[in-house]
Amino acid sequence: MLRYVIRRLLTAIPTLFVIVTISFFLMRVAPGGPFNQEKGLNPDIKANLERVYHLDESLLMQYLRYLWNLVRGDFGPTYTSPDFTVAERFANGLPVSIQLGGMALILALLIGGALGIIAALHQNKWEDYSVIATATAGSTIPTFVIAPLFQLFFALSLKWFPVGGWGDGALINKVGPVLTLMLPQLAIVARLMRGSMIESLHSHHIRTARALGLSDYAIIIRHALRGALLPVVSYAGPAAAALLTGSVIVETIFSIPGVGREFVFSALNRDYTMVMGTVVVIALFTISFNLIVDILYAVVDPRVRYD
Amino acid sequence: MTDIAAAPPKAGRSLWADAWARLKANKAAMVSAYYLVFIAVLCIAGPWFTPHQFTTIYQDYNRVPPSLSAYPKPEMLDLAVTDAVRRSRVDLLSWEQKDGKIYITVTSAKPIDERMTRYIDRSSVFEGAQIVDKSADGLKVILSAEIERKYFFFGTDNSGRDLLTRTLVAGRVSLAIGLLAGLVAVVIGVLYGAAAGFLGGRTDEVLMRIVDILYSLPFIFFVIMLVVFFGRNFVLMFLAVGAVLWLDMARIVRGQALSIKRQEYVQAAEALGVTRTGILLRHVVPNLLGPVVIYMTLLVPQVIILESFLSFLGLGVQEPMASWGVLISQGANNMPGANWLLFFPSLFLTTTLFALNFIGDGLRDALDPKDR
Repeated sequence: MLRYVIRRLLTAIPTLFVIVTISFFLMRVAPGGPFNQEKGLNPDIKANLERVYHLDESLLMQYLRYLWNLVRGDFGPTYTSPDFTVAERFANGLPVSIQLGGMALILALLIGGALGIIAALHQNKWEDYSVIATATAGSTIPTFVIAPLFQLFFALSLKWFPVGGWGDGALINKVGPVLTLMLPQLAIVARLMRGSMIESLHSHHIRTARALGLSDYAIIIRHALRGALLPVVSYAGPAAAALLTGSVIVETIFSIPGVGREFVFSALNRDYTMVMGTVVVIALFTISFNLIVDILYAVVDPRVRYD
Repeated sequence: MTDIAAAPPKAGRSLWADAWARLKANKAAMVSAYYLVFIAVLCIAGPWFTPHQFTTIYQDYNRVPPSLSAYPKPEMLDLAVTDAVRRSRVDLLSWEQKDGKIYITVTSAKPIDERMTRYIDRSSVFEGAQIVDKSADGLKVILSAEIERKYFFFGTDNSGRDLLTRTLVAGRVSLAIGLLAGLVAVVIGVLYGAAAGFLGGRTDEVLMRIVDILYSLPFIFFVIMLVVFFGRNFVLMFLAVGAVLWLDMARIVRGQALSIKRQEYVQAAEALGVTRTGILLRHVVPNLLGPVVIYMTLLVPQVIILESFLSFLGLGVQEPMASWGVLISQGANNMPGANWLLFFPSLFLTTTLFALNFIGDGLRDALDPKDR
């Protein structure tokens, strides 16, 4: 197992390298630069700025410099807020996104999983249909419709929650963002759970367990659920990576200072180092969570073995 | 199952006839299909029949709420008269409304120029202003003007544009973009996936490795770079967006192609000496069509959401053109005061997405060979 993990971590290095290379050059090919937006910038000042950030060097040189700094763990300075380095901006934004995304993910897995099991146990009854209806609605209505509607009803009309803002992480400020982040995930988890649970309940070992007279609880929780968890686990990996690295829509609508929103605005402002940093962080999250999923496979399903 | 022997021999149904019969039996999918046709016709033909242009600005009707009765409302007349008279640079003495016309008495310190009626006409409330009576010294004038009756069933936006017309025009844009980018993604995905699946071996490995790498790039980053690249030309931009969405399609088609290639009927056809083109057209394409059609119906809503998402960030369709995403974003910014700006575009977008998803699910059930 340990050897497998080490091998996977080693193969992640070339993947990261390719991702960094592609996004570096893709961004540089795009027209515009970090200092083009400021109107009437004196050419001398611009030249000085570019020299400070090594933007006057050849592209290849800049690329090698970036790679070297990255290997040493230095993400570089940001162009849009000179007082902060990229690492410092992550230190501010990432905890915010991780908190929101993590809560949304855990709630989605728990509630979605429970709903899926309930639906599967009452297949083609009203419980099932209401779960399917919820899941369809949750996965169809886009976040940028749900979020303003939430603000309209619960914040502006009923005044239960603040309309937006982080409020230094007050729980009441997190309700809206977490709910809107959670809903689409909950829908997909419920649907996956329902499907695989139905399949699992029809399998031979469950029939055997019933024949042996085990209690419903033991059959469902200990035997059926275990086999049914695999599709949910494999979905949860990439979903976790996406959720924890922030959602631009939710963060924009609720004015949350997370990394998702910053990523988009950095890309628009050609804040090269900030964008590259985010790409690397997202890739690291994706790679780690895919690895965690594969390890969890072996935990959940004893038929899966790595050596 | 028991009456198989008793049943008279039936002509076998083709895959497509069978799928069609199954689709017709699926109520949700059929209702959705009719609804989608309805929305498409409404959006394409509707703007010709609404009494407003989607770009026309009615400065007297900023953010008026939706209403089935005509504007101006009686209580709005006073403000409209005051505004129009102020713009004519004369002083209002009194006004009264008589059988659909309005009579305004104005006065001024200087003799009144008769051309001032133009200022009254310029208001979006009045038309055909003319001078009915004039005092001898020319300092006092009685004007008459028709009241223009206008209908805003969905209300108007911040600049005073009719939301109904704008929602329908936006629907044209959103649907067209969905179809266009969806089609681009399908064409690229099918060609790429089929090439990988059929050529196999080394080529397959290289092609799929490229797909894997593209997968691991953050999608939103890709899209933003394309937006930056293609700037404000939204047709080009959505061709590009379509060119990003083909990855899933390529994987699905490759998988299908790999499995079809190994089917016995393909081997039989090869043994019979059928040409490669023959096999491709007779066996491979029809078998690929099912998943492609299903995926396309699920791709169109994805593209519409993506377009709305980009427009929401201000990167998509630009003013005065609109898409549902643009309208929703404007609605979200005007929320407490003007709910209808959020409500109507959201309603159109969401119901269309529902319909597309139900059709996609219906097609999947109808075409799934495992489910017979």
